[in-house]
Amino acid sequence: MMRRLYWTLSALLSHWRRHPLQLFSVLAGLWLATSLWAGVQALNSQARDSYARASQLLGGAERYSLVARDGGRIAQQHFIELRRAGWPVSPLLQGRLRLQGQREQRLQLIGIEPLTLPAGSALAGQTRERRDLAAFLGRPGRSWIAADTLAELGLPAGAQPLSASGQRLPPLAVWPQLAPGVLLVDIGVAQRLLDARGQLSRLLLPAAFARAAPPLPAELATQLVLQRGDQGANLAQLTDSFHLNLSALGLLAFVVGLFIVHAAIGLALEQRRVLLRNLRSCGVSLRGLLVALVVELGVLALLGAVAGLLSGYAVAAWLLPDVAASLRSLYGAEVAGRLSLAPQWWLGGLLVCLFGALCAGAGSLLRAARLPLLALAQPEAWQQAQARWLRRQGWLAALLGGVALLALWFGDSLAAGFVLLAALLLGAALALPVGLSRVLEAWLPHCRTPLAQWFVADSRQQLPSLALALMALLLALAANIGVGSMTAGFRQTFSGWLDQRLAAELYLNPVDTSQATAIEAWLTKQPQVRALLPSWRVELQLQGWPAQLNGIRTQAYYRAHWPLLSASAGAWERLARQQGLMLSEQLARRLDLHLGERLRLPTPSGTWELEVLGIYADYGNPRGHLLVDAAGLQRHWPGLAPRSFSLRLPAAEVPALIQALQARFALDDSRVIDQAALKAWSNRVFERTFAATAALNSLTLGVAAVALLISLLTLGQTRLSQLAPLWALGVDRRRLAWLSLGQTLLLAVLTLLLALPLGLLLAWCLVAVINVQAFGWRLPLQVFPGQLLQLLGLALLATLLAAAWPLWQLGRSTPAALLRSFADER
Amino acid sequence: MLKVQGLCKSYTTPQGTLAVLRGIDLELATGESLALMGESGSGKSTLLHLLAGLDRADAGRIEVDGRVLDDLGEGQLAAWRRSGIGLVFQQFNLIASLRVADNLAFQARLAGRHDPHWQAELVERLGLAALLGRYPEQLSVGQQQRVALGRALAVRPPLLLADEPTGSLDERSADQVLTLLLELLAGSSTSLLMVTHSASLAARLQRCRCLQGGRLLEAAG
Repeated sequence: MMRRLYWTLSALLSHWRRHPLQLFSVLAGLWLATSLWAGVQALNSQARDSYARASQLLGGAERYSLVARDGGRIAQQHFIELRRAGWPVSPLLQGRLRLQGQREQRLQLIGIEPLTLPAGSALAGQTRERRDLAAFLGRPGRSWIAADTLAELGLPAGAQPLSASGQRLPPLAVWPQLAPGVLLVDIGVAQRLLDARGQLSRLLLPAAFARAAPPLPAELATQLVLQRGDQGANLAQLTDSFHLNLSALGLLAFVVGLFIVHAAIGLALEQRRVLLRNLRSCGVSLRGLLVALVVELGVLALLGAVAGLLSGYAVAAWLLPDVAASLRSLYGAEVAGRLSLAPQWWLGGLLVCLFGALCAGAGSLLRAARLPLLALAQPEAWQQAQARWLRRQGWLAALLGGVALLALWFGDSLAAGFVLLAALLLGAALALPVGLSRVLEAWLPHCRTPLAQWFVADSRQQLPSLALALMALLLALAANIGVGSMTAGFRQTFSGWLDQRLAAELYLNPVDTSQATAIEAWLTKQPQVRALLPSWRVELQLQGWPAQLNGIRTQAYYRAHWPLLSASAGAWERLARQQGLMLSEQLARRLDLHLGERLRLPTPSGTWELEVLGIYADYGNPRGHLLVDAAGLQRHWPGLAPRSFSLRLPAAEVPALIQALQARFALDDSRVIDQAALKAWSNRVFERTFAATAALNSLTLGVAAVALLISLLTLGQTRLSQLAPLWALGVDRRRLAWLSLGQTLLLAVLTLLLALPLGLLLAWCLVAVINVQAFGWRLPLQVFPGQLLQLLGLALLATLLAAAWPLWQLGRSTPAALLRSFADER
Repeated sequence: MLKVQGLCKSYTTPQGTLAVLRGIDLELATGESLALMGESGSGKSTLLHLLAGLDRADAGRIEVDGRVLDDLGEGQLAAWRRSGIGLVFQQFNLIASLRVADNLAFQARLAGRHDPHWQAELVERLGLAALLGRYPEQLSVGQQQRVALGRALAVRPPLLLADEPTGSLDERSADQVLTLLLELLAGSSTSLLMVTHSASLAARLQRCRCLQGGRLLEAAG
């Protein structure tokens, strides 16, 4: 059995020795497919690992804590009072810290008191019995940090860096499994570093104790509230759409890569029909032959997968900084900036590649299984085969078109959105050869000269060989047009929205309640401040979704600068009379709320029911956002202090006021932001968010160009025998080369013309379906002719480059090579 | 019409240089037909390819109607193939993407010599009227060979070069095709040089020469 398999395999593999280009095509297809897919999966897996680490940091999925009702900090005295009252609370202080010499990186500093941490709670995935408590609590203490964060900072273990304010940290010590971007120190150290003596962010509670929900001591009940929450789980939920979009792009590249594999394996089967029949005639059973073909495919897939995984790792490492920056800016999610992947990723990548190769080769295996033993070992007549193939493609395309329509009409989820996209793209790709064939067929009767006639007829005959590459080009180009239009449209809308929304010249975020009161009092006395717009904020969970409820006071300003997508009559006046609320578009969609409907908000004193008066855009914010009148908010959340201020003042006065504020209230740069800086930051976030998308898009177009190159190279092998008779009849080689280039360009241009409407349709799906389902906002569809022309030019250039090498070979082909076509007849 | 002098051609093979033609001298008058015979690998096709301007000789001279082929450049050779010769191959080399009617007219149109009346006559005499709308793959081997003959003759070439044109046919069909070819050439000024393995077919042409050891010999009998 093994001997038979061995000899069968050696006969099959000898084909690749004689056709190294085909071998290269198969391996390149598998490599490219796996590479981008694995790269995207590596990014997602790295991010999810970081979320899991953040989730495990202080208690896992079910974490309870007491927080201040006004959203500010808690006095340390409350911790002491609760401990005396028998509450097993543990203090925690959290804040942002920048180290000297680290301009970009801001760390999350967490101060804990390890002795009172909830019993049995996990700290960064490890139980506290294993911690080196003595070193942590003693002098000089320890700053626990994840190995990847330490490496990113470029500091050695044991180093004692200075904070931006010049305070020395305890020695850095690596703590495995700690979330990236986190520094864990003793609570006393954290209070010193954050300049928050006697202050705490929250009080942790054991889950068992919190679940029993004992009443808080009366004097604290008005100031503290029990909260259940898990940052990691929230991050995973918020960033889900982001990762899903990356996965979709990775999957597209995977499919395009598999097209190459499918084409190359199909061609290899056609060329090995005689060999397969000979093997069967020599006594190899059909089962044995299929086993040998599967083993052969498996070996090729394994080689492609290993190369793909290695380069996928490189792609991920290249894209990770942009993705991490996007996640940090958009969601506040820290993702380790260095790749560290689990063995499951490697194994999963291998399996996906094997599965993909099997899918791409399934058709060929099926044909091999059906190959009759006694039939003439000749390729099928092209005319009949092509007609049947086109019919099948047409029916499949129509079927997929139907699926797309059903998904559009009845779909109401992100998954349905992706079904719509997949059906639309695949349907269009399958319809491409049918459309091209029809166009060429209609053109043929209008050709006057014999060469023109041959040019068109032969282009049509080449369709089956080039179809997969052209389909890949269509998919890649449509994706580029679609995503490009969406991104450019988003940029324009976002920029206009920012200009309108960020009308105040200066934005302030006080450190705490007392500072907020002091700042407000001081600012009201400053003559250059034309308007002081405080904003009160409360964090809420609405149907499990994190949201910010903002209280505002000066409606005149908001009426002028807060654009509404839809609003009831007299919305701002009614908001001021506390008759309703306004909310962001994404929250309205998520809660399925419309104008005139009512929303019940949970407050410390019961629920607060308000009518929806307006819906506004809030691009880029994954959390829900609501506006209510400040007086109403303060009535339901007594003692709430302003969390931020927007200031209107002459632009020329801004630098002086910033200086004065910083000198008087010791506010760092992150708490005093002028309009220009805020806009620049927002735009930077935007650009970085789409940087990874743009890179993946370009890579997909690159893969399509490679697919076209490989198809043309493979075709070039059989092309010579088709062109030799023309040469013999008096068409010189150079002219033949130009005609061949013309044929490739003609097919490519027709494909590009179809890609244009398809890409715009895709853009519409992205802005009107996918964005709505994934992020909750809908954008107007905008067309950018300049961008489209640029893309088409790029695609034509890619086609020219892909066609150049095979045609150069054809142009240089010696008469001897062409004569061989005739000699091979014998 | 055709004058060949001292024609030599050799190929480089892994085993060394292989001299295929070692000084060929040949003359063919206008309207004359000549059969070229020889064993496989004797250089018949090589000689035909040189005469058709598909390949270049190492030494020697080919003169057709006063024009020396060796002096022609690539473009001029292509023009010579378009209008100076008709070529018929054993495997016909029809253009798979074009229908029979377009295949028949192809070379004549390329050469700017398309004559609808002549083509109609060819179609009728070759019995192709019912096949004009078909693709080559939809024809039998014999039908394909008739189309190939028609395409070569449509240009009214001064010289027709046929490389085993009946090699794929059985003896009876081969005889019929040759009869048809000779009928079509009768009364025209086209000269015919045909490579064949069949002594009986060769006997039907005016002269017969044999290639052996790279040299051209008078055929026995």
